[in-house]
Amino acid sequence: MIRVVLPPHLRGLARISGEVQLDITGAATQRAVVDALEAQYPMLRGTIRDHITQQRRPFLRFFACEEDLSHESPDAPLPDAVVSGKEPLLIIGAIAGG
Amino acid sequence: MSGVRVLVGTRKGAFVLTSDGKRTKWDVSGPHFAGWELYHLKGSLADPNRIYASQTSGWFGQIIQRSDDGGKTWHQPGTPPGEPAPAPGAMPKGDSNKFAYDTSEKTGKPLTTHQFYDGKQHPWEFKRVWHLEPSLTDPDTVYAGVEDAALFRSTDGAKSWHELSGLRGHGTGPKWQPGAGGMCLHTIVLDPGNPQRIFVAISAAGAFRSDDAGKTWRPINRGLKSQYIPDPEAEIGHCVHRIALHPSRPNVLFMQKHWDVMRTDNAGDSWTEVSGNLPTDFGFVIDVHAHEPDTVYVVPIKSDGEHFPLDGKLRVYRSRTGGNEWEALVKGLPQSDCYVNVLRDAMAVDSLDKCGVYFGTTGGQVYASADAGDSWAPIVRDLPAVLSVEVQTLP
Repeated sequence: MIRVVLPPHLRGLARISGEVQLDITGAATQRAVVDALEAQYPMLRGTIRDHITQQRRPFLRFFACEEDLSHESPDAPLPDAVVSGKEPLLIIGAIAGG
Repeated sequence: MSGVRVLVGTRKGAFVLTSDGKRTKWDVSGPHFAGWELYHLKGSLADPNRIYASQTSGWFGQIIQRSDDGGKTWHQPGTPPGEPAPAPGAMPKGDSNKFAYDTSEKTGKPLTTHQFYDGKQHPWEFKRVWHLEPSLTDPDTVYAGVEDAALFRSTDGAKSWHELSGLRGHGTGPKWQPGAGGMCLHTIVLDPGNPQRIFVAISAAGAFRSDDAGKTWRPINRGLKSQYIPDPEAEIGHCVHRIALHPSRPNVLFMQKHWDVMRTDNAGDSWTEVSGNLPTDFGFVIDVHAHEPDTVYVVPIKSDGEHFPLDGKLRVYRSRTGGNEWEALVKGLPQSDCYVNVLRDAMAVDSLDKCGVYFGTTGGQVYASADAGDSWAPIVRDLPAVLSVEVQTLP
């Protein structure tokens, strides 16, 4: 069970509160987590990564275990603490005005 | 009893303002989609309960929302709340937010780049939906004007979108370049007498017309003069801000250009300036009285360098002669220390017996006039910056 914390705007869009818990089959990577998130909450498609390019949106960042994972390969394994559910994967909107 | 519903898009959410036909007491609901930019909301003439909204964010991209109950509840088309995820192989959901440019082998080849600020060619990149224009007859058909400039259409209630690529592909597309606000298709006008005819406007490319329901297009900018481009009478490159028409006379269009208020009597084949005695002819909004085809409204703004009213006085100007002769409408509007702007989609008229006129400001006020502009009062005065105002006249 992987825990994901979404920014407030996306929690509102998906009409959820608190953390999201996802079952991932196969390797636990950023791509697998976002795939599972979009499958469970289709209204989030296009909001975390671009619809067409599938690239992470520039003002969104992935953090876990006090480290910025945003520039890791989307297919790199997530930290063990995230895979075990001890720590959440944080999807964060960058502080950029507004 | 008849009434009105005013749909307001702001920098931080949407608001729905409702009143009876007297238009003196208002109910305010919102913010809907709090924290998001609502570029535009518009209701269907064919079904007033159907409203489309463009919800967007520099962080999270583009969302299309739809209401089927007059703005009380909203959902992303094709993805109702609580519905289970699609089965494998089923039509994917979330497609209502997907605006994919046509890159097909047949029509996509000439559509790959446009001119950028540096004069070089730049790929088209979707950023947001500026304007949603529901069909005049079918609630499930709606057009979207997007940045980078292109026209999309949905025929399934905004569940999915397809580009009308003849616009970008008609020949001048590679010469289009962005204005200061981006390269956006911000105006879509449907001809009520001719379902084959569509007008659009793009900053900073100009106005275009289709006579075959969006399949093919041509520029309609003859007569526009823009001093800041190398060829002031070029076929494209003009910064058109807004176009409006009266339904009874769809060959007559009024335009607020970057500078200049213009008029055409032949559906855009040629334009003449009708700025007349306006104190400044820069501005964004323009609209036409619901019952008087020659009565036109603008809000003059000082200049492109100073986006606020002249002398700190917020004045709507009305022409009852189809342009050239303009009168200032000031009753109820601030006449000192007012330095707001009125953006291109932020004016609308209702169709009650005495035409109502509405506009919103970047200072968060929405003003209403229930007497065709003779007097004004704020409905609300402390919203986030207003991006768009539309009104529905209800039975």
